[in-house]
Amino acid sequence: MIKFLIKGLLRDRSRSLFPVLTVSSGVFLAVVLYSFMNGVIADMINSTARYQTGHVKVMTQAYAEESNQMPNDLALTGINEITQTLKDNYPDMIWTARIKFGGLLDIPDEKGETKDQGPVTGLAVDLFSPSSPEWDLLRIEKSIIRGRIPVERGEILIGDEFAGKLDIAPGDTATLISSTMFGSMAIYNFKIAGTVRFGISAMDRGAILADIADIQEALDMQDTAGELLGYFPDNIYNDEKAAEIAASFNRQFKDPDDRFSPIMRTLPVESGLSDYIAMIDSMGVIIVSIFIAAMSIVLWNSGLMGSLRRYGEIGVRLAVGENKTHIYKTLILESLFIGIFGSVIGTAAGTGVSYLMQIYGIDYGYLMKNSSMMISNVYRAKVSTGSFFIGFIPGIVSTVLGASIAGTGIYRRQTASLFKELEV
Amino acid sequence: MKYIALVILMITPAFLFSQNNPSPAEILKKIDDNTISDSKVVISRMVIHGRRGERTVRAKTWQRNTSDSFTEYLDPPREKGTKMLKLGDQLWTYSPSTDRTIMISGHMLRQSVMGSDLSYEDMMEDPFLSSLYEGEIAGSGELLGRQVWIMDLTAKKDDTAYARRKIWVDKERYLILKEELYAKSGKLLKQVDIHEVKFIEGRWIAVSATYKDVLKEGDGTEMMIESISFDENIPDYIFSKASLRK
Repeated sequence: MIKFLIKGLLRDRSRSLFPVLTVSSGVFLAVVLYSFMNGVIADMINSTARYQTGHVKVMTQAYAEESNQMPNDLALTGINEITQTLKDNYPDMIWTARIKFGGLLDIPDEKGETKDQGPVTGLAVDLFSPSSPEWDLLRIEKSIIRGRIPVERGEILIGDEFAGKLDIAPGDTATLISSTMFGSMAIYNFKIAGTVRFGISAMDRGAILADIADIQEALDMQDTAGELLGYFPDNIYNDEKAAEIAASFNRQFKDPDDRFSPIMRTLPVESGLSDYIAMIDSMGVIIVSIFIAAMSIVLWNSGLMGSLRRYGEIGVRLAVGENKTHIYKTLILESLFIGIFGSVIGTAAGTGVSYLMQIYGIDYGYLMKNSSMMISNVYRAKVSTGSFFIGFIPGIVSTVLGASIAGTGIYRRQTASLFKELEV
Repeated sequence: MKYIALVILMITPAFLFSQNNPSPAEILKKIDDNTISDSKVVISRMVIHGRRGERTVRAKTWQRNTSDSFTEYLDPPREKGTKMLKLGDQLWTYSPSTDRTIMISGHMLRQSVMGSDLSYEDMMEDPFLSSLYEGEIAGSGELLGRQVWIMDLTAKKDDTAYARRKIWVDKERYLILKEELYAKSGKLLKQVDIHEVKFIEGRWIAVSATYKDVLKEGDGTEMMIESISFDENIPDYIFSKASLRK
C-alpha cells in the first residue's frame, strides 16, 4: 500500500511537486528565521555578558542604582576579600573584577602639549594575573589589529577606529584624564601596546582596554572595583542557576540598611535583556504556531485544488467500491509522505544556509555606526538542536492538517451522482 | 587660585558705609570695590563631605588682581604637587606624576575641583557682580546676628553661568553672608553659607563657609581660610606656564 502510494506520488508529479515545494519553502524559512533570531539574541546576550554584566554581577547597592553612569565613587571596596568569599561560596563560577570608567584621552605632541583629545570610555580588566580569565572572555588576542598585546603595566589597547581618529599608533603615549573615586581629576600616562577591533561599534569608536591595577592606581581605587563579574565555567548562561546563586548571595550579604553592601544581579536583570530572553523561550512556540496556521491554509488550498484535479480519479475509486474512509486515509498517508519529504528538504536547506550564516555572518557595521548598544556588528545565525525541529515537525503537521481538511470533501460526494459525473 | 570666586566672595574690606538707602547698583558696586586687592596669598583648606565620607584638601594660592592665579596643592599626599594656573579665561593643570600640563576647557570646566562642590567653571567666573548682574532689593532681614539686604540678581547676559542669584548682604560691611545660585529655569543649583567672619588686615573676611552643589549628594564642601595676606609682592614668573613644572 505504502509502496503503491509512493509510486503514485513519484509518477504523478503534479500531485507531489507543488505541495513538496510549498512545505520545503515554509520549513526552510522557519529554520532560517529561527536560527537567525536565535543567533542574534544569543550574540547579544554573549556580548553583554562578556563586556557588561557577566552571568551574574556583584556591585554595591548604591552603584547598582546608577550603574549605567559608571559611578566609581560608589564602587565595592575590599574587593580581594569579596572575591575570595565568592570563590569559596561558589567555587564552580569564574570571578573577575572590573572597572568601567570614562574621561578624555589626551595625545601629547613632542613638547608634551595637547596634540589631540577625544572622549573615551574604558574597561579595566585583570590582564596580568596568570589565572586571569579575561583573555578568553574578551578574546583579546584574536581582536588585535595592529601592535601587540600588553605585556607590562602601563600599556593599553585602544579601539582601532578610535586610534585612527586620534592619529596614534602602537608605541605612542596617551594620557587618560578622568576622575578619581573621590572626584579629583585623575591624569595618568599610558603607552599604546596595540589596537583592537572589539566588534562593537560603541566600543570601536572610543574605548580603551587597560589593566585593572593601572586604573586602580589612576583613579585612586586601591583594592576597589566597580563590579565583580561571575561566569559559568562553560560560558553558557543558565538563568535558573544564576537566579539561584544571586538569591543565595543576596540573602547572605545584602544589607538593606547599608547602600554600600554588595548586591548580586543576574544578566537579564542587570542588562534589561530579560524580555529578550523570554522572547527566545516563546519564539519557538510563536514561529511554530504561525507556521502551522499559515502552511495549513496554503496546503488546505493546495489539497482542494488537487482534489478538484483528482475529482475523476476519486469518483472512479468510489465507483469501483473503495469506501470513502479508505480513500481519505490514503490521501492523509500521501500527505504524510509529502510532509516528511518536504520537511527533510526544507530542514536540510535551512540548516545549511543557517550554518553558512553562522560561519560568515552578515556585517551590519555600517548601520551600527552611531549605536551605543553592546551588540556585535556582525549578525550571525546559530544552528541549534531546535533548528532541526522548528520546521520539520510543523511541516509534517501542517501538510497532514491541510490534507485532512481538504479531504473531507470526499464524504460529501454522493454515490448516486457519480455515474452521471463519469459519463461526462 | 583654587577657589577664586569663593575667596573673592569671602574677602571684603570693612568699609563702614554710612549711606542708609543705597541703590541696588550701588550695593553691587560696593561689594565689588571691596573685593579688589592688587594681590593676595591664601592658604586654604577644603573639607569635602562626599558620598563615601570626607577628605581634606589644602592649597596655597597666589592671586594677582582678579584674573590671574596660581595654586599649588599641599595635601593630601596624592594631590601634593598638583598645580593649577589661571591666566585670564584660560586654565591649566599640571600633574607631577605624569609631568603633563593639561588645558582645562570645554565640558571639563564643569567637572568638580578635587571632588568638591565647586566646578572649574565656578573658578573661571568673572567675580564682579556689578558687571554681570542687575539687582533689586527684595527685602531686609537678619542673618548671623547682622542686618542684611536680601537681593535678587538677574544676569545681564545669556551666557552667564548662573542666570539668577539671591544674596544676603551685610548692610554695614557689604559682605555677602549667604548666596543662592539659580539656573535659567529657576532651579536652585548651588548654595553658599558663611559661618565665620574675621577682621584681618583692615578687611572683613569670611573665613569659613559651606559651598553646596544641591544637585550632588553629600553634605557640601566646607571652605576655610587658614591664612591670608594682601598686597604681597608676587613675582611675575609665578603666573607663567613654566612655573607649573617647577
